[in-house]
Amino acid sequence: ADIISTVEFNHTGELLATGDKGGRVVIFQQEIENKNQPQFRSEYNVYSTFQSHEPEFDYLKSLEIEEKINKIRWLPQKNAAQFLLSTNDKTIKLWKISERDKRPEGYNLKEEDGRYKDPNTITSLRVPVLKPMDLMVEASPRRVFANAHTYHINSVSVNSDNETYLSADDLRINLWHLEITDRSFNIVDIKPANMEELTEVITAAEFHPHQCNTFVYSSSKGTIRLCDMRASALCDKHSKLFEEPEDPSNRSFFSEIISSISDVKFSHNGRYMMTRDYLSVKIWDLNMENRPVETYQVHEYLRSKLCSLYENDCIFDKFECCWNGNDSVVMTGSYNNFFRMFDRGHRRDVTLEASRENSKPMQVLKPRKVCTGGKRKKDEISVDSLDFNKKILHTAWHPQDNIIAVATTNNLYIFQDKVN
Amino acid sequence: MLPQEVNSIEEKMISPEKAEEAKLKARYPNLGNKPGGSDLLRKRLQKGQKYFDSGDYNMAKAKIKNKQLPTAAPEKTEITGDHIPTPQDLPQRKPSLVASKLAG
Repeated sequence: ADIISTVEFNHTGELLATGDKGGRVVIFQQEIENKNQPQFRSEYNVYSTFQSHEPEFDYLKSLEIEEKINKIRWLPQKNAAQFLLSTNDKTIKLWKISERDKRPEGYNLKEEDGRYKDPNTITSLRVPVLKPMDLMVEASPRRVFANAHTYHINSVSVNSDNETYLSADDLRINLWHLEITDRSFNIVDIKPANMEELTEVITAAEFHPHQCNTFVYSSSKGTIRLCDMRASALCDKHSKLFEEPEDPSNRSFFSEIISSISDVKFSHNGRYMMTRDYLSVKIWDLNMENRPVETYQVHEYLRSKLCSLYENDCIFDKFECCWNGNDSVVMTGSYNNFFRMFDRGHRRDVTLEASRENSKPMQVLKPRKVCTGGKRKKDEISVDSLDFNKKILHTAWHPQDNIIAVATTNNLYIFQDKVN
Repeated sequence: MLPQEVNSIEEKMISPEKAEEAKLKARYPNLGNKPGGSDLLRKRLQKGQKYFDSGDYNMAKAKIKNKQLPTAAPEKTEITGDHIPTPQDLPQRKPSLVASKLAG
């Protein structure tokens, strides 16, 4: 099993796609039989597996281009087939996933096994008929969007107009049309003329869920810029700049590193956006730029471990975050295979663990607690015994139901609400 | 408690981050002397393993592939002293790549 690098539900939640470090995409499908029965438990079974990207070599820079899938984004369904965008560091691909459950039988010139008949033996003519067959799911690459990014792609976001999408790398954001692969428009460019003056990079970008002219991008300095494509062709000047003022007396060597935003996600209703930095999750009202409206501490106890987290590079881990379907709960991952959920309305939060050793299938998950002080209560885990190699970077929430997908390093866990 | 102890405890309570920073600076005194921000950023921009050239890259890939097939049987069986070897039995000696230091 390879390292999972991205997880994404499609717009109905029926399909769940994962990408891994080996360039493969695995799609799971929800079993929808018995959905209306009270005992219904969702099961997601493998639907399709395909190799999306292969490793490449950049001959000019003598650098390896990893095949790791950085992001998968589904397109809203328009016809019988499903479409998704998957990207590695340099190339975005549009994949079509379609089902085949019928096949023609009764050819005139071919035997059933495909061998050609001797034409002299054919004495009559018949019309082939479509007969049912075992379901076959085929994935085929329909578009390859290449050679538009000098730096490493971190985000892909489909526009609500269903015609365009953006791709963002460390310094630039490009706008594409889904049908056109040989042209892309640069809409943000933060590359300084002199690379010595580089102070920040783009860490994530996303289109607004309803306003097709609006997108946001986050930076390594903890700022988020909202841009309006109607303002100009090149959106280097932001329309809004979201930044929480910092207390200069609290500034340390780590301040900028831990303020770097690793993920930004609009709420489904389009009124808020959520950002994830190293230690917290912040909810911003799009109408208020000077501070977030809510801040949730994910693992504040790590603040006194920053030195070792810098040394083992964990301080650079990029955690993602997600909203539930009605924007009332947000979720993000942590270390030791822990993940956290924050209920915005009830001001409650919980820490859960994704681990086969510590919970059996169908068993209700037990909340976890990390203790920071000296006295450790029973069932609590001390900060020093946390496993920093077991990180949950990628999580996803079903668009309507309370079903979540949580990716540990090598495994995918699917949890759902307890059924009474 | 001595006043110095109280002060240092207060400092730790005020900012665990600053205490961690002090720890880091103690271990790596040269940290942050160069424009650290751009160093980190530049390292981030050039993510990806660098190879000498495409030949080096393909060799490295081939090595990984070979490591993943441990069942490949060794081609030659070694002669281990069951009989006196004859010239035909001895493995061919590859010419030395390093030129003799006596030459030139």
